[in-house]
Amino acid sequence: MNNDYQISIDNVSMRFNLANQKVDNLKEYVIKLIKKELFFKEFMALTDVNLHVRKGESWAIVGRNGAGKSTLLKLICGILKPYSGTIQVNGNVAPLLELGAGFDGRMTARENIYLNGAVLGYSKGFMQEKFNEIVSFSELQDFLDVPLINYSSGMRARLGFAVATIVHPEILIVDEVLAVGDAKFQVKCETRMQELLSGGTTLLYVSHSIAQVKRLCQNALWLDQGHVVMSGLSEDVCKEYEKL
Amino acid sequence: MLLKLRSKLSVFLKYSFLLQQLVMRDIKLKYRRSFLGYLWSILNPLMIMLVMTAVFSTMFKRTIENFPVYLLTGRLFFDFMTESTKHSMNTVTGNAALIKKAYVPTYIFVVAEVTSSLVNCLFSLGALFIVMVFTQTAFSFCLLLTPLVFLQLYIFCMGLGLFLSQASVFFRDIQYIYGVITTAWLYLTPIFYPVDALGPHLMRFVKWFNPMYAYITQFRNLVMERAIPDIRLVIYGYVVAFLALLLGLYAFYRSKDKFILYI
Repeated sequence: MNNDYQISIDNVSMRFNLANQKVDNLKEYVIKLIKKELFFKEFMALTDVNLHVRKGESWAIVGRNGAGKSTLLKLICGILKPYSGTIQVNGNVAPLLELGAGFDGRMTARENIYLNGAVLGYSKGFMQEKFNEIVSFSELQDFLDVPLINYSSGMRARLGFAVATIVHPEILIVDEVLAVGDAKFQVKCETRMQELLSGGTTLLYVSHSIAQVKRLCQNALWLDQGHVVMSGLSEDVCKEYEKL
Repeated sequence: MLLKLRSKLSVFLKYSFLLQQLVMRDIKLKYRRSFLGYLWSILNPLMIMLVMTAVFSTMFKRTIENFPVYLLTGRLFFDFMTESTKHSMNTVTGNAALIKKAYVPTYIFVVAEVTSSLVNCLFSLGALFIVMVFTQTAFSFCLLLTPLVFLQLYIFCMGLGLFLSQASVFFRDIQYIYGVITTAWLYLTPIFYPVDALGPHLMRFVKWFNPMYAYITQFRNLVMERAIPDIRLVIYGYVVAFLALLLGLYAFYRSKDKFILYI
């Protein structure tokens, strides 16, 4: 048991069954069982990945589309269970895999702030305390009682980011969500992440913007088709990655 | 084992705010933008009761004295069961987007659905109150015992809901088959006819294997006959409820890690 690492990923592999057709009714199940077509093509999304993150470190995860970055993040968040290998995470995780996870379009922003906070595991008292802070960070004071379906995607992103980063989590996991949003929003988000980092938060950040990676993260992990290509200081990894 | 149970309980408590939010969301959205709003929770069962009384009461005038209350007590319980289980069945598949992006204890959706159906049922009791006043049915202290019957039904529906929600992830057909099952179940439960109207074999089958019969009969004992139900019926009700809950939890826990691969 490694006590000095906050996140320990050892020899982790993740396998998905890629079916051409999903079998989700009894008739197809029985037919395919008889025809022995029940086992589908296996797809190894991640193979033998190792990653050890200390408290307070900031890691970027880079790679082409389909490399397995989001899968790795989902494994760390506990949304997926690894096919083999072990994952140990010490500390509470604030996942930012999609802004506004849990947003219900039919409800107003006010109601959604509480709902989103609840989804992320925060308590009622906490949400009431932080409500005004969230509203002022997202600059949506005039639209609080409007149902979310009437919001633009940028507004939704602002609201989602505000709710998700209102705490100082021990581990913050961000997955390419900041691509949407204007320049002002991007700057705001980066500032917020810097604040959290200087407060001792561990950061795992997936981004396609190498400049941003170099600014925010000390280390980087380069994934390609489920394998670790390189792992180390972000300047070194980015230099190699940019060569492509 | 005890430690595991305690950790699971602490997770549940951690998400109690989410449960509250989900229940409030269902209640708020149910009648938002409708003119009469929550009055529909009362009007709906009332109108159904009027229609069915008009049709069936003369048929069974001899055996059932107070047809409106007889019918309404049966329908309220049965509607709670169908509504909570039907909604629970769709929770995992319906909340796929959320489950894929955030860690949420998936069973919380089922608990939320059954709880909001209970809240709706409690609103509908207003209809029962109106009908009791109208038919001059006497109120008694036995009514104070009704929460104990509601509890049995709540636990039963929770178990059934959990089972259905995990089953429908792997076999979507269940959503369509279940409609037929509830219809058949409706006719096999003495809601608008006295249980004696069934033949002897069917009657025995209903009394032994239809938990809804047990719950509805207990409710009717308290409301209409102002008597405490047979203790054997109460025990049967609780045993079946807890068995359903255990079965639902077991099935749910066994398959919950595979949900994300099928939604």
